[in-house]
Amino acid sequence: MSTPKILGALVAAGVVAASSPSWAQVKIAYIDPLSGAMGATGERGLHEYEFAAEQVNARGGVLGQKLEIIGMDNKLSAQESLILLKSAIDQGVRYIAQGNGSSVAGALIDAINKHNERNPDKTVLFLNYAAVDPDFTNDKCSFWHFRFDANTDMKMEALTNYIKGEKKVQKVYLLNQDYSHGHQVSKVAKAMLAEKRPDIQVVGDELHPLARVKDFAPYIAKIQASGADSIITGNWGSDLALLVKAARDAGLKADFYTYYAGTVGVPAAMGDSGVDHVKVVSYWSANAASASSQKMLDAFKKKYGVLDDPYSQAIRNSVELLVKAMTTTKSTDPAKVARAMEDMKLEDPFGEVVMRAADHQMIQPLFIATFVKAPPGKYKYLAEGTTEYAFRQDTRYEGPATARPTTCKMQRP
Amino acid sequence: MELFLISLLNGVTYGLLLFLLSSGLTLIFSMMGVLNFAHASFYMLGAYFAYQLSVALGFWPALVVAPLLVGAVGALVERYGLRKAHASGHVAELLFTFGLAFVIEEVVHLVWGKTAVPYRVPAVLDGPLFTLFSTNFPAYKGFMMLVSVGMLVALYALLTRTRTGLIIQAALSRPDMVEALGHNVPRIFMLVFGGGAALAGLAGVIGGNALVTEPSMAAALGPIVFVVVVVGGLGSLQGAFVASLLIGIVQTFSVGIDYKLPGFSRLSVSQLAPVLPYLIMVLVLIVRPRGLMGTRES
Repeated sequence: MSTPKILGALVAAGVVAASSPSWAQVKIAYIDPLSGAMGATGERGLHEYEFAAEQVNARGGVLGQKLEIIGMDNKLSAQESLILLKSAIDQGVRYIAQGNGSSVAGALIDAINKHNERNPDKTVLFLNYAAVDPDFTNDKCSFWHFRFDANTDMKMEALTNYIKGEKKVQKVYLLNQDYSHGHQVSKVAKAMLAEKRPDIQVVGDELHPLARVKDFAPYIAKIQASGADSIITGNWGSDLALLVKAARDAGLKADFYTYYAGTVGVPAAMGDSGVDHVKVVSYWSANAASASSQKMLDAFKKKYGVLDDPYSQAIRNSVELLVKAMTTTKSTDPAKVARAMEDMKLEDPFGEVVMRAADHQMIQPLFIATFVKAPPGKYKYLAEGTTEYAFRQDTRYEGPATARPTTCKMQRP
Repeated sequence: MELFLISLLNGVTYGLLLFLLSSGLTLIFSMMGVLNFAHASFYMLGAYFAYQLSVALGFWPALVVAPLLVGAVGALVERYGLRKAHASGHVAELLFTFGLAFVIEEVVHLVWGKTAVPYRVPAVLDGPLFTLFSTNFPAYKGFMMLVSVGMLVALYALLTRTRTGLIIQAALSRPDMVEALGHNVPRIFMLVFGGGAALAGLAGVIGGNALVTEPSMAAALGPIVFVVVVVGGLGSLQGAFVASLLIGIVQTFSVGIDYKLPGFSRLSVSQLAPVLPYLIMVLVLIVRPRGLMGTRES
């Protein structure tokens, strides 16, 4: 055999070794919309998962294995997600990540519970990074489900605490998506406003079809006619971007109290009309990130685009907590990892966060921020997709202050 | 009063867009006797072509060029696809357009991706046209109305005041006779199909940036267009016009009604808004199968 041939064989062998066999990977199946109206939101989540995995892999992975994210397009459909879940499990995936749509998350939790009951040796763990229906950490709580976002009740608690001090809020209009999440936002907003600000009048309580309305002008006309000075909405993705776009076109002056104003597509759609009018409650406040985590932020922007804001901290927390639990237990078995994740603490860009054992709800600081015009140099990190706007942090609620009691009676196997 | 007037304006704008879309479909339907399932796909192509052209050339050239391109695509589809399928009967034609809709959607996926593209309203038209009480009426919606009404007048003039229009009208009802008189009926079919596609394309150009340009836009608007054609009456442009406005206004106004249905404490009329057009279609088919202004039963 001549030298080039030997070299060639060696290189070939090296390539095979480098693309190590699939069993040496910890796979996370990411089941979210990657097409359609909410596709942009799902795609961003996938990027953030891939980025979080890369960060872990750059440190040498976990237990000598690499993290691998498998993106699966569920088209925002629960049925589709269950088929994908089945196919992921067949591929040997033991960790599932999903966030867009509590309707989907609810179906996944049920299916995973059933699967784990029937296959105790092949259990699957669910990392929920954004589905915020409070039921998942209360009556419907599951040992296999971990939520890294703050739930609807926690966010509304923070939002209404803030509104308590805003005397100019007199007439509130509730506009939400017609599915479990929107129903929850509407229900808890009414309850908490009645308790904290009984003088506030709820002048509208509207539900619109999820991801199907393309022109919100008729809804805006109705809000205008109601005389509302503030709108509370749990809308996300294109449903929020199109809503604020229609409000801008109609010249609506009301303030928006939102859950997701910082997410992809929304700040760019708001532009000048949103300045000082749009507020957001979330676990993300880019300009308050610790110095060490700013490196991560810069690396993300370098990779995906300088205008992109990696606002889904819950995604990185879910990956980091998973890796920490695997390292502690020296195992990738979901049953062991799940036990280790209970009460586990983690240092995130805004301080220490903890996964509450009682209901598997992450307890973390929450921020209220206002969409503002950013004078050059004042804010290091600008609002997603814009060059002249930023979110100004108004209030910070520490983790323990955002925690709420749970009715969960956790069944541990 | 404010809510009423603004809703009326919004409804008329939406209705006129629907008319632009359905006018071509109703012409094609009455001529060939086949529902063109791919019609809304031409609307989508119009929006994507306009997006691509407006990135390269700006909005105004796109406004003219994109519909012409879509019309050319439509004419080619008729000449080399539909005409061949026609020989095998109506079912083959129907299946052909059905398949074509999926093919176009997949092509859009491949070329422009699965998520929405940033097709924006031109800066000149991005602002209020006038203020009614306290609500701004966007200039772009005024522009949409202008284009739609302009096309309506032009189409009406073409069909009733020109020789071409007379031949088209004759070919609609008596193709054999028109052919016997020495006219090239297949070519008329091709022109009408291309023209109908171009109208749908124009609707896409002005609707794509007012709404959202995404691969599901054809599937979202397609069924509504069929409702318009059926309610208005097959082959009747006037009927399509009335039905478009009716459905646009009904859908917009129903959003504003909070009346709870008796017996359904959770369900209000505004939540039913998306279903209402289909309800109207079902009722029309039961009570008046030929539609509001249709002239024939099938």
